[in-house]
Amino acid sequence: MTLLNPTQTQSALKKRFNVKRISLSRLLAWIILIVMLTITVFPLLFMTKTSFVPAEDLYTSANQLVPDNPTLVHYKKVFGLLDTDESIAAGGSGANINFGLSLVNSLIFTISIVIVQTFNSAMAAYAFARVPFYGSRVLFGAFVASMMIPGVVTLIPNFVMVRDLGLLNTHLGMVAPFLLMHGFAVFFMRQFFISMPKDLEEAAQLDGLNPLMIFFKIALPLSIGPLLTVATLTMINMWNEFLWPFLVTTEDSMKTLPVALQSFKSQAPQGQPDWGGLMAATVVATLPTLGMLLAFGGRIVESVQFTGGK
Amino acid sequence: MSQVTGNIRSSLIGFGLIFPALVGFSLFYAWPAIRAIAISFTDWNLLSEPTFVGFDNYIEMVQDGQFWNGMKLSAYYVLLNIPLQVVLGLFLAVAMDRLTRSLFVKATVLLPYLLSNVLVAMVWLWMLDPILGIVNFFLDAIGIGRQSFLGDPEQALISVAAINIWRHMGLCAMLFLAGLQTIPRYLYEAASLEGASEWKMFRMITLPLLRPVMVFVLVTSVTGSFQIFDTIAVTTMGGPMDSTRVIVYYIIQNAFSFYKMGYASAMSMTLALVMLIYTLFQMKIMRASESDLA
Repeated sequence: MTLLNPTQTQSALKKRFNVKRISLSRLLAWIILIVMLTITVFPLLFMTKTSFVPAEDLYTSANQLVPDNPTLVHYKKVFGLLDTDESIAAGGSGANINFGLSLVNSLIFTISIVIVQTFNSAMAAYAFARVPFYGSRVLFGAFVASMMIPGVVTLIPNFVMVRDLGLLNTHLGMVAPFLLMHGFAVFFMRQFFISMPKDLEEAAQLDGLNPLMIFFKIALPLSIGPLLTVATLTMINMWNEFLWPFLVTTEDSMKTLPVALQSFKSQAPQGQPDWGGLMAATVVATLPTLGMLLAFGGRIVESVQFTGGK
Repeated sequence: MSQVTGNIRSSLIGFGLIFPALVGFSLFYAWPAIRAIAISFTDWNLLSEPTFVGFDNYIEMVQDGQFWNGMKLSAYYVLLNIPLQVVLGLFLAVAMDRLTRSLFVKATVLLPYLLSNVLVAMVWLWMLDPILGIVNFFLDAIGIGRQSFLGDPEQALISVAAINIWRHMGLCAMLFLAGLQTIPRYLYEAASLEGASEWKMFRMITLPLLRPVMVFVLVTSVTGSFQIFDTIAVTTMGGPMDSTRVIVYYIIQNAFSFYKMGYASAMSMTLALVMLIYTLFQMKIMRASESDLA
């Protein structure tokens, strides 16, 4: 921008740019964007449509955008508002999702991990960045290396430990492996604390504050932005976590949303699954995510983009 | 205060600050990783006491066709998944960089990634249904004809890859977009004054300067998709005819369906080693930590 003055740039651009080629490339970009957006949105629209189609119309309405005889019966099935006979008559398996309870389980699971993990990781990150202590570098290296261990390696020993402690089918057992720290969160927050100017902390130190108080009174309030970034990423991952809650919960009353969805699907009778019911369940399970996106869209987009930039 | 007591005090505070995270690291990463190595040398069904069997599990593994099949399928899955996902993500990012800063567009592009694997798999299971699925109606209409997709051993893994390309291409695009926006505009202006074509600018400026983001995307998405599990658990459960029994699915089946903890651990240790070698190799060949902008 600073290399040329505006008038020079403009005349140079007029001379050199092939106007036709630029508009062609813009056109191409628009086509790519529109095609990709359509591919992204279409399955979700189709899912929503199916959830309103009566079971007997599934074949005839497959290529319609709006169903002929929209019905709410699948939603009633999902929420358990129909008795078993009515549900089977409407193409269901008699299974329902205890949506309210699964939502509460998902919320407890996600929120407790987001808060505790982010706070603990930030505290450790601050120590690694600012407080010299014996073994600091080795421990930091080990924390970061923990990100590289494939989940399936620690899965079996963690399952055995949680089982031996009698924590299967408990909220504590579900959150345990994620609750106390995450290598990425520590790494990310340490990068931030290292780049933070030291002046305020040094002034506080002269005033006689120890590093613990400096962390709480100065570093933490200054790092709200990065903390929210880490918290948002943890929230996305935990909200969608399937394998661990699936392994440690057998009781319906403890299932999180992804686990409840999976079991609703696997209870469908063999042969012809209850597509209407399944799609109503997925629509309902999509709503919290859409809500979060509407409320914090900017924050979510920014946080995800941050990960690649390091 | 003397230097020595100052160091001790600082060390104590340091340990105090990392203590909760250290407990989590020790209990749920370090100790389980060591224990997994130990379990891999035992025969253990979770009910009786484990018995030490030396390298038996590893020997069984090398001779187990299903293990090699799982490794092969995971590698094949990575090849099906990553190149297309990265290329589509890059196209989308370049298009967005040119045309729009709209938050609505960004949020829409990212939406599939925000939905759980389970949910996405269920929606696509329906879309790809051999009889009622919309994709088959479409293929029928344009004359290609109906496909079995997830029910066909030849197509099942490809279909799983397509599902995950759909879920992840927006994420790739957002990461690349962040990278694109760090490239100074004057580079492009200077290049176009020199008469460089769009394609040449993309090749000579955009791609090289995206390298750090590219390494991040490649390392995380290759190691992530080598460990594919959720989508397969919901759609094909390893079938049809073992055509989607990828390595992590096979390991988890051994552990939690057949209760062969020792054997499952031996395979997961091998998987960890493969992932480590890949990560180090990728970082080395692409000089991950250096940026050409500096």
